[in-house]
Amino acid sequence: MQAKSLISITDFTKGEYLKIMHLAEDFEANPNQKLLQGKVIATLFFEPSTRTRLSFETAINRLGGKIIGFSDSSSSSVSKGETLHDTIRMVSNYADMIIMRHPLEGSARYAAEISNVPVINAGDGANQHPSQTLLDMYSILKTQGRLDNINLFLVGDLKYGRTVHSLIMALLQFENPIFNFIAPPELALPNEYKIHLTEKGIRYFEHAEFTDIINAADIIYMTRVQKERFIDPVEYEKVKNIYILRNEMLRNTKSTMKILHPLPRINEIHTDVDSNPKAYYFTQAKNGVFTRMAIIAHLLNLK
Amino acid sequence: MQKHLKVSAIKDGTVIDHIPTKALFKVIKILNLENCSQMVTFGNNLDSKAMGTKAIIKIANRYFADEELNKIALVAPHAKLNIIRNYEVIEKKVVEIPKEIKGIVRCFNPKCISNGEQVTTRFEILSVKPIAMKCYYCEKITNENEMMFF
Ligand SMILES: [Zn+2]
Repeated sequence: MQAKSLISITDFTKGEYLKIMHLAEDFEANPNQKLLQGKVIATLFFEPSTRTRLSFETAINRLGGKIIGFSDSSSSSVSKGETLHDTIRMVSNYADMIIMRHPLEGSARYAAEISNVPVINAGDGANQHPSQTLLDMYSILKTQGRLDNINLFLVGDLKYGRTVHSLIMALLQFENPIFNFIAPPELALPNEYKIHLTEKGIRYFEHAEFTDIINAADIIYMTRVQKERFIDPVEYEKVKNIYILRNEMLRNTKSTMKILHPLPRINEIHTDVDSNPKAYYFTQAKNGVFTRMAIIAHLLNLK
Repeated sequence: MQKHLKVSAIKDGTVIDHIPTKALFKVIKILNLENCSQMVTFGNNLDSKAMGTKAIIKIANRYFADEELNKIALVAPHAKLNIIRNYEVIEKKVVEIPKEIKGIVRCFNPKCISNGEQVTTRFEILSVKPIAMKCYYCEKITNENEMMFF
């Protein structure tokens, strides 16, 4: 039997989302629970992502587990031409769980087929990064006290931003979300998502301008507008400074509103926002450790 | 009026008719007829009232499971099958696009793991007309005009 893995955010049910939230709360209140004592966790980073790797490895260390793995493929047998298939076959015989990041899309789903231990997808190309979505949800729950009735503003690259797509899919499991999409036309949300929202009777609004419409927001979720996404560099130059959040724009936003960002940011949140109590992105990153502890504990049936 | 047979009749076996001419060799490949030890005859660019031109394949002494035949539906959606015993058509069949496709088609996404290493492709059919299929691995949708066969 295949072990229970987390590859895409839609692999989990609403019940599992709520369980992860509950466990994350528990780990935040009591971070040093040695549930992984005597267990070995593999972190296989076929492409480097220091932030994600440190977050997972902190979670494992807090749980008392041991780590094996590599932080980029040049330091592993992969550089000698070993296939993903063979690497996973080997490592799943050594470790109790595999956490992997890989540049090819679908690689984690494939690994989960081969592995006899749970696999957590820590990013497969531009496809999925479900632990990011769960930590985003935990951050929303912690700051708003609920996951129902959230008015969510998503800003920036809504076309390629996988965190945006996953967060939409996850919030659809909860009551009455409202989505506001702010993006240049080149980076607008793909139609398949809009069709899906319409079919489900979910309210959404699209805006090209980043103005005081944000005053209605419970959460503003900022993303990077990356130059390499544009075919025409002139188009990038036109929009690159439009989707920047500045402190003065926050004056009339709700007092309970929080700003999230998957990090790292380039310039899309001005540094003058950082000291505003509505800026939540650094705490959000910290929440990632508790959320990842919760995911690991859940998949290994430790809690 | 006697009908002249362009492809000779078989005593027992399967006749696959109404194959688009462009799909003939794909059908041969999908059904692995290259490795079939029985008599296989085929004709291509035959006149067809419905299709203009068509291809036909006759395989002696072979009967296929529906599951296997349905694999050709991606390239020959209007194929008609005659099951022959003792020169008589004892059963007629049409093909149906299955819910899940394994192998046969490539994922159009160059960054998909199925194009990066030896993985049998796997798709969920989302729509039949036009064909749209979602890759089990990368979750991207390959459309009819992007379909590439192995
Ligand atoms: Zn694919």
